[in-house]
Amino acid sequence: MNSLALINEFLGQPPNASEHGYQIDHILEFCHWFMGALFIGWSAFFVFVLIRFRKGRHPAADHHGVRSGISTHLEFSVVLIEAVLLLGFAIPLWAKRVNEFPPAKDAILIHVVAQQFSFNFHLPGPDGQFGRRDVSLVTNSNPLGLDPNDPAGKDDIVTLGELHVPVDRPVIIELSSKDVIHDFFLPHMRIAADAIPGSLIPMWFKPIKTGTYEVICGQLCGLGHYGMKGTLVVDTPEDYQAWLKERAELAGTQSAPPPAAPKAENPAAKPENKPPGPAASSSPSG
Amino acid sequence: MDASASLETHPPSPDSGATGGQDRHQHQGEHEHHELGWWRRYIFSTDHKVIGIQYGFTGLFFLLFGFSLMMLMRWQLAYPGQALPVIGKFLPHIFGAGTMPDGKMTPDFYNSLGAMHGTIMVFLGIVPLAFAAFGNFVVPLQIGAPDMAFPKVNMASYWAVFVGGTVMLTSFFVPGGAAKSGWTSYVPLAAIADSGPGHNPVFNGQTLWLIGFIFLITSSLLGAINFIATIIQLRAKGLTWMRLPFFVWAQFVTAFLLLLAFPPLEAGIIMQLMDRVAATSFFMPAGLVVNGAAMHISGGGSPLLWQHLFWFLAHPEVYVLILPGMGIVAEILANNSRKPLWGYKSLVFSVLTIGFLSFVVWAHHMWLTGMGSTVSAFFQTTTLIISIPSVIILSAFFISLWGGSIRFNVPMLFATAFLPMFGIGGLTGIPLAFNSADLYLHDTYYVIAHFHYIVAPGTIFALFAGIYYWFPKATGRTMNEFWGKVHFWPSLVCMNVIFLPMFLQGMLGMHRRWYDGGQGWTLSGDHVWGLSGFQWNTPISWAAWIMGLAQIPFIINFFWSIKHGKKVNDNPWEATTLEWTAPSPPPHGNFITAPVAYRGPYEYSLPGRERDFTMQNEPVEPAERTRRKAVEQPVLV
Repeated sequence: MNSLALINEFLGQPPNASEHGYQIDHILEFCHWFMGALFIGWSAFFVFVLIRFRKGRHPAADHHGVRSGISTHLEFSVVLIEAVLLLGFAIPLWAKRVNEFPPAKDAILIHVVAQQFSFNFHLPGPDGQFGRRDVSLVTNSNPLGLDPNDPAGKDDIVTLGELHVPVDRPVIIELSSKDVIHDFFLPHMRIAADAIPGSLIPMWFKPIKTGTYEVICGQLCGLGHYGMKGTLVVDTPEDYQAWLKERAELAGTQSAPPPAAPKAENPAAKPENKPPGPAASSSPSG
Repeated sequence: MDASASLETHPPSPDSGATGGQDRHQHQGEHEHHELGWWRRYIFSTDHKVIGIQYGFTGLFFLLFGFSLMMLMRWQLAYPGQALPVIGKFLPHIFGAGTMPDGKMTPDFYNSLGAMHGTIMVFLGIVPLAFAAFGNFVVPLQIGAPDMAFPKVNMASYWAVFVGGTVMLTSFFVPGGAAKSGWTSYVPLAAIADSGPGHNPVFNGQTLWLIGFIFLITSSLLGAINFIATIIQLRAKGLTWMRLPFFVWAQFVTAFLLLLAFPPLEAGIIMQLMDRVAATSFFMPAGLVVNGAAMHISGGGSPLLWQHLFWFLAHPEVYVLILPGMGIVAEILANNSRKPLWGYKSLVFSVLTIGFLSFVVWAHHMWLTGMGSTVSAFFQTTTLIISIPSVIILSAFFISLWGGSIRFNVPMLFATAFLPMFGIGGLTGIPLAFNSADLYLHDTYYVIAHFHYIVAPGTIFALFAGIYYWFPKATGRTMNEFWGKVHFWPSLVCMNVIFLPMFLQGMLGMHRRWYDGGQGWTLSGDHVWGLSGFQWNTPISWAAWIMGLAQIPFIINFFWSIKHGKKVNDNPWEATTLEWTAPSPPPHGNFITAPVAYRGPYEYSLPGRERDFTMQNEPVEPAERTRRKAVEQPVLV
């Protein structure tokens, strides 16, 4: 399954960790072979011509130049290869991403609500029902505006910055934003989507390797954009259950969701990565 | 039809020296009804050549300025959080204390520099230079016209861009600094930026960006109408459509792109301006919570609407940036390979196809906005189809060189370098055309490298080629060859050291618009080709600064050659198109007698002729007719 990723690896792409990611990598890999072949072909021709037909070597130009129709064959090959890539791979792959969501009962459902400059994760809890959210209820301790009177929300889990999912189960995410456009990019899962205020954008993927992965905000969202990151932890099913239990206990003891657990897996993080405090207060308030 | 008699007074001789040109210049002056004052002649001029040169200086200034912004950003990317040596002390005095306290760049200032780099390079650098400057100076000469169709509209279009540029520059000096929400100005980010307490309702970065933009759009629309009218109406006698130099075709299509793509953005800009100053909500949905507080706006708008309006312009704009460059390269390749362009007709049809298709590909900038399978299939298909004419054009350029007798002068060096550079830029667009590959590559440095290969070592090299090539026509003198080569080689090396590693950074997953250069991200700590993604910033930045130094020979050569360059005759490159039949510099009204075209634009190395170039205004000789095929016989209208 993990075949055909020579150029991608050579160019530094990190290993894939999701079920559909191999298909993405295959398209990328194939494109790179295609581009490489065209570029090497063109370059060889180009260098040869520049040397062979330089003025010193070829003092009188030929008015007619190339008379063969070889370039037509080149154009048709390009058309053919692009058509195969498009019809054979790209269109079906995208259709699977947006039209064929796994059944909700088999999947982990998560609402991701982006804000300047972090990701909130909202899980429905054991009852499988998301509690009602209302903008007018948003406070610092209730960043999502969860309605405390909605019984469906009593067991909901809300975390900031860090999300756990179990391995080998599809994850369905509904993406939205509180303020500006963000982008929820999981490079190792080969999936991304914009978080656009006023819209709900669904996405899904199935992690197949446990581990801790970075989540990138992939859309300029203000002065703290460069530090807007999340953490995706793909757990074994046991670890996932333990995490759920821990979060549920925390949610039970506090009315408001607690801050995210300290991140231990970010050795590269430096203090200056935090959006600077004083600057944040000067940021626009609308 | 024998029109050779009428041409005898107008020998297209390459031997007519500079003195000859001067004499004719004075002769021409006698025909003028009155002498214009200095201001009307050089500043508020309606002469297409003066306006073209004004555009040229403006475009070159903004290219240098926009590049300087990037050189500042490259410091922050390579050495995040460190004080900028030497000039870091002075910059806060220029841009304001909040921009670079103690020489250390703030995130807001970084975002301002990024947004303004993009805006300035595209709309104040390349469009004024590639479309307006070369278009104004060269197109009327190449089609044998005495001036543009609407000289006063022409002047208005220059002064509109001048005001727009001034507004954009001014925005650096207002409280809060220049616009900082990307050159795309996506709402709601752009809508909430630079507003609220501490910001003037009008004199703030984002509002000035919008106001400046209205002037820039106005300028482009006026220019586009003028070019279209000029090319349709003012072609010389005998200059049929299929005898037009490819450069004129490229400018013609470019003018249509500007004319049809800019009005939707102008509407969008005005709507965003209204959202800022008149409390409308064209692009603002209800229920926003910014900084923990609910925003009190009427809502009901759509942030995606802005993206559609923006990209409906901004994708055709990509072709506005590249087509004039292709046109320049075509002229120079034919001239210096001493043979016709290969596949002229396919080139023309390709450029027309690109023009049409460029209006139906814009949503490929929006793959991640929740697009369904039908719409994305449509846009993926159109995006791939538009790659076909681009491949045809590039292939035709390569093939044109076959059988030539190639002279490597400075214009030709830049024009040949354009080909592989544009090739890299075009080829790396292939994966980005697929929305599935975009799931990984969207907004990474891969994208940055891709489009910069097209516009930086692509278009900008073509522009340099054009400057070296047409400089003798504008001044009667050539630029220095040696210093031109000193300009070329370091620029070529640096361009590649700057942009090639960005493909690696993109494949690592590093994103654009990161103020810390990726230092805070685990994934940019991964190594590729011996350096981590973050460490690659250092060689890239040094290459950018060295490339800055490499422009100094150009600047000196350019200004020095205006007065002291080697004097040359009217047709120093032994070219074939009509602009080389005019004196250098061309007088007011351009031509001594109205030129007549008898042949195609690239009659180089015609068999059986003494010289290896035959100008467009040289009548077809009887002996030639028997040799040539019927289709190539002159059609005089």
